[in-house]
Amino acid sequence: MNRQIIKLFGFIVVLFAVLVGFTAWWSVFDAKNLKAQETNRRPLFEQQQIPRGRILAADGTVIAKSVRKGRGSNLRYERHYPLGPLFGHPIGYSFMELGQSEFEKFHNAELTGEETEFGSILNQLTGQKQEGEQIVTNLDVKAQEVAMHALEGAGHGAVVAIEPSTGAVKVLASNPPYNPNSVSNEKVWKRLNSKAEEANAPLVNRATFARYPPGSTFKVVTAAAGLESGVITPETTINAPGSIIDEGHELANDYNQSWGNISLDTALTNSVNTWFAQLGQKVGQEKLFAMMEKFGFNATPPIDLPESEVLASGLWDYENERMLTRHDPVDLARVAIGQERLLVTPLQDAMVAAAVANHGKLMRPQIWKRVVNIDGSVTKRMKPSVYSEPLKPKTAAELTTAMEGVVREGTGTNAAIEGVPVAGKTGTAETPGNEACGGGSEQNQAWFIGFAPANHPKVALAVSIECTEKFGGDVAAPIFREVAETILAGG
Amino acid sequence: MTRARNRELLALIPVALLLTAGFAAVFAQDHAKLGNLSLTYGAYFLAVCLATHIFLRFRLPHADPYLFPLMALLTAFGLVMIYRIDESLARNQANWFVFGLILFALTIYFLRDYEILERYRYIIATAGILLLLAPRLPGIGEEVNGAYLGVKLGPISFQPGEIAKLAIVVFLASYLRENREVLIVGARRVLGVTLPPLKHFGPMLVVWGAAMFMLIYIRDLGTSLMFFTAFLALLYVATGRFSFVVVGTIMFLLGAWFIFTTVPHVHERVENWLHPYHDALGNGFQVLQSTFAQADGGLFGKGFGQALLTVPGHPNLTMLPVAQTDTIYSLIVNELGLFGAVGLIATYLLITARGFKIALLANDGFSKLLATGLTAVFAIQAFVIIGGVSRVIPLTGVTLPFVSYGGSSIVANFVLLALLLLISDRARREAEEGVPRSGRDEALGAAA
Repeated sequence: MNRQIIKLFGFIVVLFAVLVGFTAWWSVFDAKNLKAQETNRRPLFEQQQIPRGRILAADGTVIAKSVRKGRGSNLRYERHYPLGPLFGHPIGYSFMELGQSEFEKFHNAELTGEETEFGSILNQLTGQKQEGEQIVTNLDVKAQEVAMHALEGAGHGAVVAIEPSTGAVKVLASNPPYNPNSVSNEKVWKRLNSKAEEANAPLVNRATFARYPPGSTFKVVTAAAGLESGVITPETTINAPGSIIDEGHELANDYNQSWGNISLDTALTNSVNTWFAQLGQKVGQEKLFAMMEKFGFNATPPIDLPESEVLASGLWDYENERMLTRHDPVDLARVAIGQERLLVTPLQDAMVAAAVANHGKLMRPQIWKRVVNIDGSVTKRMKPSVYSEPLKPKTAAELTTAMEGVVREGTGTNAAIEGVPVAGKTGTAETPGNEACGGGSEQNQAWFIGFAPANHPKVALAVSIECTEKFGGDVAAPIFREVAETILAGG
Repeated sequence: MTRARNRELLALIPVALLLTAGFAAVFAQDHAKLGNLSLTYGAYFLAVCLATHIFLRFRLPHADPYLFPLMALLTAFGLVMIYRIDESLARNQANWFVFGLILFALTIYFLRDYEILERYRYIIATAGILLLLAPRLPGIGEEVNGAYLGVKLGPISFQPGEIAKLAIVVFLASYLRENREVLIVGARRVLGVTLPPLKHFGPMLVVWGAAMFMLIYIRDLGTSLMFFTAFLALLYVATGRFSFVVVGTIMFLLGAWFIFTTVPHVHERVENWLHPYHDALGNGFQVLQSTFAQADGGLFGKGFGQALLTVPGHPNLTMLPVAQTDTIYSLIVNELGLFGAVGLIATYLLITARGFKIALLANDGFSKLLATGLTAVFAIQAFVIIGGVSRVIPLTGVTLPFVSYGGSSIVANFVLLALLLLISDRARREAEEGVPRSGRDEALGAAA
């Protein structure tokens, strides 16, 4: 019997080896996959047990921090946002019940100090506990305050401010705001997501996740395509009558004003529709779409926010829920003046202004500036990187000159800053029947994009206001001025 | 003789140290400062172990020196884990530990001539089967998660299956000791498969029938699997016919398949095992959470007392259902990692090795088969529950021997240990005294 007993022991050794194998599979080899399962809430809870890194504004003001609650195995950290609603967008929130959103979500790995298995083994051996790293952002508290305050007076909308040479995002304001401190309250969360709040949608970041018809701000893109492709020079004149017939429908200037033979400067300064419509047709769909794509259209903007919370801009086909490409039939003349099915996020429009300001180079917009670990040493620094080069420096300079005319003597005079040259472009899109506007007469989407100082740009902005009866030059341009002034004053 | 007991004594010291350190770790985590309570626990544990050791010195001086420390190690480990889950449960468990040791001592005291068990084998078998059926009896039976494994008598509830386990192994060892020769000699080949003679195989069929019946009646795949595998192991050791094992396995699988398709509870268990994500928050919850808990452990684990048992801030929302019994292994992986788990499995393997060593040394058929059966059923029980939580097989409600919370488990396993030590003491004494070994195998029918 002894031989059988030894064989039986061998069998049990095999059984136990299988147990070791399966345990190794779950605990080590498949662990990553298991932790990513939606039904596995452990990673979420565990993140609450490590102090999440702080998020700071550019000047060191604390935007988000972790507060200790409970002790022992009940120890957890809760997120607190000392500035309340000011940075509800774009920082978002991080709560056990809700998970993360926006910046908190995108930078979750750094904020939780997520490490490789090897790193955590070292930590365990040295008895070091996992701790989150803190992130210093480019956000400018004062400018964000000014933007939010100005938006509150103007209506729902958004302001985006970018440093053209680096892509540093200084302001990303969306009105109406919400207070991230209160979203973990079940009642508040229900109310914020209720039908009654659908039009207000305070949880929607209008700077990145709302698309509006861009109106005349898009003429900057059309002009860029014309100049860059050589179809026009600043001296080229085009005859701009009071109205033209495009695809069987009238396309008219404001007050049907006829301008005769004019060049780019006059056309942009006065936002002449018939001039740009014809320019668009001359440039052709291929080149216009190519220019749009170089500015970042038809793609999710490369900002450090979750892809699910950033929308691409372009011609949106409502029926098939997709972006139209250069091969789809479009009404080119109306695309050229920012109509047709064009929809643009404020972030995208700010990127257009920033690219022109940065001598034709579009930098990737980034909210974060550097990551600092627990000992206070910088572990990562945002390196400015070029997303694309839509314009030659010469083209950018020509376009800047035209945009300066807009602020000096055209539709955008309200954006002028004393002693500082400003380049910009207004936009006013009529959005009749926009349900979000509640059916009133206030159905304009008012825009202003621009940068200052025009000769040595420090900041590029896009301002967009929903459901207003005013024009871009009247409601959006003053906000541009206020925010730009604040940023320029701050250094 | 004293050499063996001295080794046992030495081996107990690290066990007590481990227990003290474990309690200290949990205590430090939970109370933020170290009290002397953990030291007291360790001291008590050491004292009880010492008392047992002294008892063994007098009663079974030749017995295997490692089994008791190894089992004490598992108990210490279990106590720390349970203490970490719930202090009051740990106190109960400690009481059961002491009670288990008393029964352990009584078994050693009264069953010195354990052959006596052979005489009562049919009574023991009947008692075992009755115990298994008890949970279905109205009034005292208890249903847990659709299986009938518990009995409740007033304030005391216990799992009779744990005790039935011993009874059935005793019966099988005795029965096979008597009939192994005829099972071998009378075997004939049918269609290339060696089959035992029908006349003698009747009782074997009864065992198969009992396992199937258990599946239907108490609806527990784990218990059924455990008993049947132990039976096949004993049958194989007794007859040396691997073909019997093959035939038995096929029969079990056929029966299990039939029951799987007809008994909803068993079907559900298998479904949960194969497709837990289908009902992740319902039926699949326990299996999934148990693997999630393991995923959190990694190589080295999170440390004693660090695992998440409930949703933070919500002490009533569990993250690991029945952590103190069924899923305690997942908790161990979570807190001690793959390394801790391998250590635990290695401990079970060492116990198994010592158990089989006893069987190898034993001189008579009954002792050999009894030691083999007890060891096999112990090892397979560990496999069934660890395999259940790590999704090797469907998860069932079997306890992890000496580690899981539960009085019947502790008590039954200490009686199992007592029997093994009794066999060991005799075998080693005979070896030392130079009792002539009767042939390569043992004499047939040595004791009547």
